[in-house]
Amino acid sequence: METPIIRIVDLGKEFKTANGSVRALQGINLEVSAGEIFGIIGLSGAGKSTLVRCINYLETPTEGDVIFEGQSMAAMTDAQRRRARQSMGMIFQQFNLLAQRNVIRNVCFPLELTGVPKKKARERGMELLETVGLKDRALAYPAQLSGGQKQRVAIARALATNPKVILCDEATSALDPNTTKQILELLKEINRTLGVTVIVITHEMAVIEAICDRVAIIDQSRIAEVGAVSEIFLNPQSAIGRKLIMGEAAQRPAGGSGSGRSIRILFDGRESAEPIISNMVLACRAPVNIMYAATRDIQGKAMGQMVVQLPADEADAERVIDYLDSIKIPYEEADGYEA
Amino acid sequence: MKLDAVTVNMLKTGIWESFYMTALSSLFAYIIGLPLGIVLVVTDEGGIRPVPWLQKILGVAINLLRSVPFLILLFIALPLSKIVIGTRIGSPAIIIPLTIAAAPYVARVVESSFRELDAGVIEAAQSMGASTWQIIWKVLLPESKPSLLLGAALAVTTILSYSAMAGFTGGGGLGAIAINYGYYRYEPFLMWVSVVLLVVMVQIIQEAGNRLSRKSDKRIR
Repeated sequence: METPIIRIVDLGKEFKTANGSVRALQGINLEVSAGEIFGIIGLSGAGKSTLVRCINYLETPTEGDVIFEGQSMAAMTDAQRRRARQSMGMIFQQFNLLAQRNVIRNVCFPLELTGVPKKKARERGMELLETVGLKDRALAYPAQLSGGQKQRVAIARALATNPKVILCDEATSALDPNTTKQILELLKEINRTLGVTVIVITHEMAVIEAICDRVAIIDQSRIAEVGAVSEIFLNPQSAIGRKLIMGEAAQRPAGGSGSGRSIRILFDGRESAEPIISNMVLACRAPVNIMYAATRDIQGKAMGQMVVQLPADEADAERVIDYLDSIKIPYEEADGYEA
Repeated sequence: MKLDAVTVNMLKTGIWESFYMTALSSLFAYIIGLPLGIVLVVTDEGGIRPVPWLQKILGVAINLLRSVPFLILLFIALPLSKIVIGTRIGSPAIIIPLTIAAAPYVARVVESSFRELDAGVIEAAQSMGASTWQIIWKVLLPESKPSLLLGAALAVTTILSYSAMAGFTGGGGLGAIAINYGYYRYEPFLMWVSVVLLVVMVQIIQEAGNRLSRKSDKRIR
């Protein structure tokens, strides 16, 4: 692992409201390595948007610190923090483009702030528009663009100052699935070609699966678990992790005609060629009810899991279990998923 | 009463006086009111540079000034006109009380324009490391331009209607003609002509504001 570009240390944030104080974040410790795509996922209200704003100090944490490239953000003066922010681009769910400026002037905006000469800024701006595939819309205004195009402009704008990090706050949540895919691919490409570290905040597991190397799951103001996406997807340790990965299936009480006993079978990429379920049914001569199934391609490996309801008959159920044991496939009882 | 040459000349002078009283008062009101409006928004709790006590004091001061009826403010402020302009009578003298009455109004109009602005855009500028001044000059003002222009039409027409009270201090303008000839000398014809001319001026200002605002707004496809 490379050196961490961002280190979040014992970070906490408390908001003072008329009805007392509200804890948005508590005891957050995270390390983000240079060059990785790091995801932060949580349900709405979990504190993830506050966390990303604490990283660039748009929100000042009430406890702890953020170490950016070895420098304490807490110890910085306002001017130093503004300079640090120029090394951290940010994109937003609602794009937040300047509506009265055309595309190229939006992209040049951060350069204008740092006093880059107009002509040079424009050249750089056009270069960036080419990167995001919008060179021909340079003179259009944001109102004339689609959501996906607006986010591309926002990405170009975030890249203008050659940042080391890009913070994405629900950057695809306002986009349709197709556009989401394109924007995620663009972020991945930027990460690969420019080496920019990307931090992605989202409530959608699909976003994490699509581009992230590692993920932190945040729940009720705390980090529930952190790890490589493939590991967490395969074997989530926290209740919230299971809920996010398996969605509704994790909560739905087992119904139907079975015994109510369910197991979760894990596919870790090795067994993809073998028709496990079919073989199991043939070998055991017992029907199973598939409650939930999902396999995804995570970093080139086929990962997946399936929740199956065992046959009502105890003997049949035991045969299925024995079969799974015999072929050494990981599984676990799925009854405890009411998160 | 006919529109003879003398009357027409008087009305022309009246139009000019109304125009310059309104224009100068509006200019000064914006010179004072625009920065006040910016301070109101910027120093607000949750603003870019929160200074809640300053925001509160300013808010109360503006409300106080705005609650004084203009006719009373006019007489209170005339001694100040004597000091600044050198006279307390005539059209120029009313520019001081007009400015004092309009500046807090302008501050509120400007404030509401700024508040329409999406907070996300300001946050984006902050995320790029913009300073408070940069946000004011490069985000707050240009992004609010269409709304500011509409607000200006509102403010200027209000100032024009206030300027009609110049008649009470020996000032001129269409309002004075309407009061002096129409009301005191009972010549309703001249009163109505003046009123119609005022209506036309208001229409022109409002329409100009609308058009400039629409033309400058890039949110319209």
